[in-house]
Amino acid sequence: MATAFQTDNTPQAPADNLPHPEAVVVRFAGDSGDGMQLTGGQFTLSTALAGNDLSTFPDFPAEIRAPQGTTFGVSAFQINFGSIDIETAGDEPDVLVAMNPAALKTNIKALRRGGLAIIDSGEFGPRNLAKAGYAVNPLETDELNDWQVMAFDISALTLEAVKPFGLGNKESLRCKNMWTLGLALWMFDRDRAPLIDWLKGKFATNPVLADANIAALNAGHAYGETAEIGGPLKQYHVDAVDAPPGHYRTITGGESLALGLVAGAHLAGLSMFFGSYPITPASPILHHLARLKEFGVTTFQAEDEIAAICSAIGASYAGQLGVTSSSGPGIALKGEAMGLAIMTDLPLVIVNSQRGGPSTGLPTKTEQSDLYQAVYGRNGDAPLVVISARSPTDSFDVAIEACRLATQFMTPVMVLTDGYIANAAEPWRVPDRKDYTPFPAHFTEEPEPDGRVLPYARDPETLGRRWIRPGTPGLMHRIGGIEKAIDTGNINYEPANHQAMTDIRKAKIDGVAKYIPAQAVDVGNETGTLVVVGWGSTYGPIRKAVQRARTQGHDVAHVHIRYLWPFPANLGALLKGFDKVLVPEMNTGQLKTMLRDQFLVDARPLNKVSGQPFKISEIEAAIAEMLK
Amino acid sequence: MNAITPIAPATTPNDWASDQEVRWCPGCGDYAVLKAVQRTMPDIGTARENTVFVSGIGCSSRFPYYMETYGFHTIHGRAPAIATGIKLANPDLDVWIVTGDGDGLSIGGNHMLHLLRRNLDVQLLLFNNEIYGLTKGQYSPTSQIGTKSPTTPFGSVDRPLSPCAFAMGAGARFVARTIDTAQKNMPEVLKRAHAHKGTSFVEIFQNCVVYNDDVFAKFTAKKAAPANQIWVEHGAPLLFDNGSKGLRLDRDRVRLSVIDINDGDVSQVLLHDETNHLLAQLLVEMPFGEFPKALGVLYCDPAPSFETEVHVQNERITAGRSGDLAALLSKGQGWDVKPARGPNL
Repeated sequence: MATAFQTDNTPQAPADNLPHPEAVVVRFAGDSGDGMQLTGGQFTLSTALAGNDLSTFPDFPAEIRAPQGTTFGVSAFQINFGSIDIETAGDEPDVLVAMNPAALKTNIKALRRGGLAIIDSGEFGPRNLAKAGYAVNPLETDELNDWQVMAFDISALTLEAVKPFGLGNKESLRCKNMWTLGLALWMFDRDRAPLIDWLKGKFATNPVLADANIAALNAGHAYGETAEIGGPLKQYHVDAVDAPPGHYRTITGGESLALGLVAGAHLAGLSMFFGSYPITPASPILHHLARLKEFGVTTFQAEDEIAAICSAIGASYAGQLGVTSSSGPGIALKGEAMGLAIMTDLPLVIVNSQRGGPSTGLPTKTEQSDLYQAVYGRNGDAPLVVISARSPTDSFDVAIEACRLATQFMTPVMVLTDGYIANAAEPWRVPDRKDYTPFPAHFTEEPEPDGRVLPYARDPETLGRRWIRPGTPGLMHRIGGIEKAIDTGNINYEPANHQAMTDIRKAKIDGVAKYIPAQAVDVGNETGTLVVVGWGSTYGPIRKAVQRARTQGHDVAHVHIRYLWPFPANLGALLKGFDKVLVPEMNTGQLKTMLRDQFLVDARPLNKVSGQPFKISEIEAAIAEMLK
Repeated sequence: MNAITPIAPATTPNDWASDQEVRWCPGCGDYAVLKAVQRTMPDIGTARENTVFVSGIGCSSRFPYYMETYGFHTIHGRAPAIATGIKLANPDLDVWIVTGDGDGLSIGGNHMLHLLRRNLDVQLLLFNNEIYGLTKGQYSPTSQIGTKSPTTPFGSVDRPLSPCAFAMGAGARFVARTIDTAQKNMPEVLKRAHAHKGTSFVEIFQNCVVYNDDVFAKFTAKKAAPANQIWVEHGAPLLFDNGSKGLRLDRDRVRLSVIDINDGDVSQVLLHDETNHLLAQLLVEMPFGEFPKALGVLYCDPAPSFETEVHVQNERITAGRSGDLAALLSKGQGWDVKPARGPNL
């Protein structure tokens, strides 16, 4: 179980005399200026270096610096780590670190009953209490009796630790997060050296700040080690997970996707052009790629979403691999241009890092409600390929697959990821180039055998058309958004031609199903009572919930769909092998509707649109309900 | 000619005409522009296969279909954005954008602004007919106040935009103006536009015979032309009406005024300086009626072009290095998991 961090049943390891829980969930919560994301990120690195499997969930407000001390300004970072396979960031934290009353107020209910709350009592003055909406100090009432509470004045302890460095009060208090990190490192028996190296590098130009932060880190660590606290604050050791051999690093979904695009363009033998416009939570992909010029990557921050996709289409037309990236609102703006790429049969990768909608919606919260938009959201009969990433590391392979399908089929491919995947981190076994088969793109440089120039002549297998780069002698031609004649690509308004071209565009995308893997069952048998079908970032909670249900003897399987349009050829038959179909989604039932439409199966929805990922327990409950 | 620097083979205007039937209305000014471009391309001397015409939507945007070059007829207003991708991907291509007053300044106004600001090396021909032709005659952002159209049956009330003033304000480094029927002057303007490295903005007054016939007649009609057109030339005095009138700078008020030339005395007449931004602004904004329409190369002051700067920076940053994918993937602090110990042999 992912939340087995309970002192009463933790097996004892004789060697170090420490409890060795299988998995632990820790949440750091504080003001958005408290550096909680940084603390979480560094704790993640330390966790990874300790060889644990892990999954993280950064959860922060849309405002960059919300008013201090307010509940809506609370920024949190949750990490689930263990010596077993970790698939989610954890249903409930075992440990909550709350840096102020607002952080306590907004997060304490999530903490497991009996879990440990570490609280900076130094921030619990009347003003902060009032801002958080506490009439009385909860540390002085029985309000927190359901949990184990360790409250001490982290602010004062930090000020004391950094006193020798002569910083101002404000700067000194900024070291609080490092003090807290030091305590967390002690709690989980971690090596401080990599963090000290990192601080030295980060503050290379300001050694005093580096020393102050290191002192705070050491002080937090020493506090755990020496203070006679007793009570709930104990040291634990989470063993390394049994992982396949190889070189590992941690990676977020945003970076993984960016690297996958680079690798995909290499495998296609193409330079990549990435046209994008800043939008949360998609911008990290542009940030990563902007630094990778030596990999043949040109990034272009366009004036708007439309220019971003149009520039990518222009680059594809000129012979590079055009890629554009956004989130739902920007994808909506790109719709007309996607139609142009479909009409002109040009390769294009469109990445949608989904967030809560509609309209501006919840910019920093996760949702998977753009599936209809991806599959159906364009004028005319305008099919394109839609695939989805299920985790940060999966994003790498999905990005490569998008490059393959776009260039082999001369089509736009939309990749659906989401805010959760984009920001979450997990360990990644660095792949070897040899693990991937190249799929070199082909440019037409000669006329057809009969001497004609036919830009819309097609590969009989893939139905992809000729890719002729401007600059190729003797093959001058014109393309555009008006319906094309079936072979020359000249303007053609004839009824039979439009029928034929519409049919070809559909057949081409339908035909992709022949070139993608058959749908596999992730957990369980090929037939049975209940199949839980998901796509995207619900992978972790569905997988864990199905595993638990199976442990309890239930006949349940998990099918997770990467290829959303077209669906794998065997998907309909596979689903029909089960009596019942449950589709958990972070939307109001979009995949459910598509499955019903495509396969006439009685798919039942489980929907959640709170901006938060599914909990394993929520899916477990739905499974139990379906099996009643 | 030698093998090392291949020069495009000589062509004739006919070589630049595609096999597609031209489908503008009979008498449309677009025919004249097409003819002028096809006539000028052989003189410019680039290879047809290295030439790309990109357009948006509208009557003028059908232009690429009629050129025997590469052509991309895109979507409404977006030609500058598509052209940016083309030019960044392959800076060796000779890219021309063809657009209109609606396509380029209404739905595509934002892209136009940023194209000019970035100074991408393309030629941009803006066919201004002060009307929406392809959608059947609605008024456009350049239509004069009072224009009656299906959407403004009682006359338009919004103030029109001056394309060249917009271009100057957006930071264009080359601004020229010509007339569809000016077959004598247009080739020279096109050649200058092509020779300029950066975005060359060329406004062409183009007559829509169906929906806005003769809207420019006040200065394009044969009889009206001499007194109402001033063709500027770098370093030459700003004279018009067969040399009987000139433009003078009223220094106290920093504005232009029209003066009569007596006995050939041009000493009071301003010399055209195409590198002078302020003068170009004064010329493009002269109110017509009181002043003639300024035509020719109004402004030309080259600056580094966008795609060049992008590639220069790319080369400087990468300094000839090619990326090591394996190193990139394993970047950052990592750890190794060793294979489980096998049987001890």
